[in-house]
Amino acid sequence: MKDFIIPVRERDMGTPARTGAPVTLKIDGVQVTVPEGTSVMRAAAEAGIAVPKLCATDSVEAFGSCRLCVVEIAGRRGTPASCTTPVAEGMEVRTGSDRVRRVRRGVMELYISDHPLDCLTCAANGDCELQDMAGMVGLRDVRYTAPEGAGLANHFTARDTSGAANLQWLPKDDSNPYFTYDPSKCIVCSRCVRACEEVQGTFALTIEGRGFDSRVSAGAAGDDFLTSDCVSCGACVQACPTATLQEKSVIEMGTPDRAVVTTCAYCGVGCSFKAEMNGDQLVRMVPYKHGKANRGHSCVKGRFAYGYAQHPDRVLSPMIRERIDEPWREVDWDTALSFAARRLRDIQARHGRKSVGVITSSRCTNEETYLVQKLARAVFGNNNTDTCARVCHSPTGYGLGQTYGTSAGTQDFDSVEETDVAIVIGANPTDGHPVFASRLKKRLRAGAKLIVIDPRRIDLVKSPHVAAAHHLPLRPGTNVAVLSAMAHVIVTEGLVDDAFIRDRCDAEAYAHYAEFISDARHSPEAVEMLTGVPAASLRDAARLYATGGNGAIYYGLGVTEHSQGSTTVMAIANLAMLTGNIGRPGVGVNPLRGQNNVQGACDMGSFPHELPGYRHVKGAEVRAIYERIWGVEIDPEPGLRIPNMLDAAVDGTFKGLYCQGEDILQSDPDTKHVAAGLAAMECVIVHDLFLNETANYAHVFLPGSTFLEKDGTFTNAERRINRVRQGIPPRTGYADWEVTQLLAGAMGADWGYTHPAQIMEEIALTTPSFAGVDYALLEEKGSVQWPVNAAAPEGTPLMHVDGFVRGRGRFMVTEYVATDERTGPRYPLLLTTGRILSQYNVGAQTRRTDNVVWHAEDVLEIHPHDAEVRGVSEGDWVKLASRSGETALRAKLTDRVSPGVVYTTFHHPDTQANVITTDHSDWATNCPEYKVTAVQVSLSNGPTEWQEDYAAQAARARRILPAAE
Amino acid sequence: MSPDKMVRMANQIAVFFSTQPDVDAADRVAAHLADYWDPRMRAQLHAHVDAGGEGLDPLVIAADARLRADQTAD
Ligand code: SF4
Ligand code: SF4
Ligand code: SF4
Ligand code: FES
Repeated sequence: MKDFIIPVRERDMGTPARTGAPVTLKIDGVQVTVPEGTSVMRAAAEAGIAVPKLCATDSVEAFGSCRLCVVEIAGRRGTPASCTTPVAEGMEVRTGSDRVRRVRRGVMELYISDHPLDCLTCAANGDCELQDMAGMVGLRDVRYTAPEGAGLANHFTARDTSGAANLQWLPKDDSNPYFTYDPSKCIVCSRCVRACEEVQGTFALTIEGRGFDSRVSAGAAGDDFLTSDCVSCGACVQACPTATLQEKSVIEMGTPDRAVVTTCAYCGVGCSFKAEMNGDQLVRMVPYKHGKANRGHSCVKGRFAYGYAQHPDRVLSPMIRERIDEPWREVDWDTALSFAARRLRDIQARHGRKSVGVITSSRCTNEETYLVQKLARAVFGNNNTDTCARVCHSPTGYGLGQTYGTSAGTQDFDSVEETDVAIVIGANPTDGHPVFASRLKKRLRAGAKLIVIDPRRIDLVKSPHVAAAHHLPLRPGTNVAVLSAMAHVIVTEGLVDDAFIRDRCDAEAYAHYAEFISDARHSPEAVEMLTGVPAASLRDAARLYATGGNGAIYYGLGVTEHSQGSTTVMAIANLAMLTGNIGRPGVGVNPLRGQNNVQGACDMGSFPHELPGYRHVKGAEVRAIYERIWGVEIDPEPGLRIPNMLDAAVDGTFKGLYCQGEDILQSDPDTKHVAAGLAAMECVIVHDLFLNETANYAHVFLPGSTFLEKDGTFTNAERRINRVRQGIPPRTGYADWEVTQLLAGAMGADWGYTHPAQIMEEIALTTPSFAGVDYALLEEKGSVQWPVNAAAPEGTPLMHVDGFVRGRGRFMVTEYVATDERTGPRYPLLLTTGRILSQYNVGAQTRRTDNVVWHAEDVLEIHPHDAEVRGVSEGDWVKLASRSGETALRAKLTDRVSPGVVYTTFHHPDTQANVITTDHSDWATNCPEYKVTAVQVSLSNGPTEWQEDYAAQAARARRILPAAE
Repeated sequence: MSPDKMVRMANQIAVFFSTQPDVDAADRVAAHLADYWDPRMRAQLHAHVDAGGEGLDPLVIAADARLRADQTAD
């Protein structure tokens, strides 16, 4: 299969694209037609004519400061800047007259007179637009030099020609771990400032001073990049035409010479990147302009946090041990795989076919996931397959399946550009889904309204140039009550979209629902005491959503990870149907998926009750499809879900597990119970990059490969199937799909795939919504959104356009049921959990990168009132206890959380926030209730005994015997 | 699975379906259990019902009977 290799440097069109009526003009005699509002510069680029430029780039709006891009226009006076001049019908433009050439040379000469001429040793050599432009305008000499023995006016020498310190010179700012700011090379084009504002939306940079004194400055006086508001997204670095803002990796390794387009392996936004390489070394990741999820933007994780691939902790050799109290022994692949196969078969012989199972990874590719579930169904002969989506978005599957007929977000990310009112509930996009947050903020700055429903004051509620119209700070666990109250307002105040309901929804179900929801017990006033949300602001928010134009709901794990997670998803689906906000751009119901391939893992049949494409195993016709091509019989009964596997392990009926790319010991709730389950098993196979926490209980360790080392596809939160492309060969010798195939082979199967493309062929052959997907199509289109089939050969950006997948949309009655997890005298506070921008989930990867400068440990956010009554001050060690367990961490006093609520992240194994979380779960799917735990907080003097025991056990379990000679 | 946990999970399902209008709630609970609970979990439920069904919502007990009827019918 041919690799998709593209030139490192993409064409820069100079200014952003426009949509508008066609306008035709002539540039240097070439006729070109572009949308109204397009700049002359971009029109020229469309016609294949490059106009020199410095301050313009197509990721930000034109600014018109450098005057390098001047042109002549027939009938107009002077030499206008082409980047800020819009096209007009019949315009005739000359881009290369003697007059404009003279102007450009003059401009360039001034720039170069204040720029160091150390091009040969500069990190941007060969990748510098200043250099390119000097060449393009034919600059041959610079007439301005500083007089001998005198003060001089430049920014790039530390001392002037008289030897005195040059006050205009500033040292390099090295504070950010990933890029440097060298003011001596800055041409003050302000591309970085505009990128930070327009693309990222953080407003960390400003141009300080005027004229010759102007400089780029991060944050306030005295700040450097690290202490400023900068979130290290890198948009400014990408926009900078010079070496002023430069990746440290390029400074160290030199400029890349080839690029492979691939997909970020962190969150569910699924950003496309160019992995830029020099030989077999990855030099940098640059977000891909044509990536349809991210449109050329990224966050700190995707762009910079890839160093874990080379981290010394990475295990490169398979390892085995008889018992978990022994040290690991490094062995070759054959030995490890036959050891694993023998143990699994032996367990099945003694304890039955259903005594073993698999956990597929939402971090791995679709093809890899498909093979792991196939291993369970076709080789183990049972349906014991589950995925970590169980613990995050399984309620989305159930809730949207019941109401709309399919488990997927309804929109693409581009849709947000047409949203008028966005509801963000139980999600923290600026941290969890940063690139989506940037796109949302851009739309909010353009005037869209925002409603935030979250116990915590997340950044979106108030950040530069963005403020939520309403923040409903509900008590954790009362989502259903709040959403039902919103629906109550919409129905009783007559704000429903009757036509939509009549045409598109099930009438009987709606009649029941309307009657149910109109009851006064759902009114905002009636639930105010319970939810803590002031009735008046809830009413206003409901009215805004119902009447404010295109309304879109974005939600995250703060919705699903509750005992009523599935019911909450239904309540969201109801709201969208009530207001007719389904089936066109700008609206919809959008689950923000946590991990890169949560959507894909669900689609690929990871769940124990469903074959790929969400088809229940009880369906004989569906089983027949697989039985025919796999040549085995498929069990018609559902298998065990992750929590059930652990319960069964403790009960002694589940003994062997193949766990690919998941760390259930750290990420799943009630750590002690997970540990007990794992310890009770006879064969735990961990397939991962690192000796993760789960591996402390493993007998076989199979080293994994990173996304940079393999081919495949990920499916993001928009159902977009994106290619993952191999940039460097797998460091362990095998990509993960090959390892699964080898394990299947060791257990007697004969699969014979030689490339992931063949696995995708099998998926397409057996799964109707993937029928039209193949690698050739992905090569041609870049990406497609499922369903891809005869009716939609190029995929489906919007779902439910003419009708719901299930036919008519079904309203579901959503009665609020309080969780069993209640506060009381012993545990008076509610703990809720979340994550932060720089770390990713259990942190196995991000903790092994320089991202740790932003988050070295998990802390407990607590309201100053709650802290005061407990005698807790900022930075104190506190003990956090629930009925499941206790842990200790440092306190951070903040009014972001309401009194009565505390908050922490779960990125660090030392903290083990999941020692605290309980075994309560969603009623329909067993998705754990991470978001609500009753706790008590008290002063402590350091880590708890459990934390110390845990650390000691982990250290023992990670010993590796030196390789035998 | 601890009996408490099983009882809690089963009751949660019963509570949801008991709020749904116009359905045979016991049937829906039984269907949910058949669709999502592995046979050994259902067996544990049967055993618990046989032992008196302590703590179970009456709807779960009714659903359990339907499940058994369906199984013998197969
Ligand atoms: S890295 Fe991102 S947030 Fe930081 S200054 Fe640059 S554009 Fe702004
Ligand atoms: S840092 Fe780079 S992008 Fe920013 S003003 Fe200076 S040269 Fe332009
Ligand atoms: S937003 Fe998500 S997908 Fe995009 S770069 Fe960041 S972590 Fe990767
Ligand atoms: S590129 Fe047009 S003014 Fe700078």
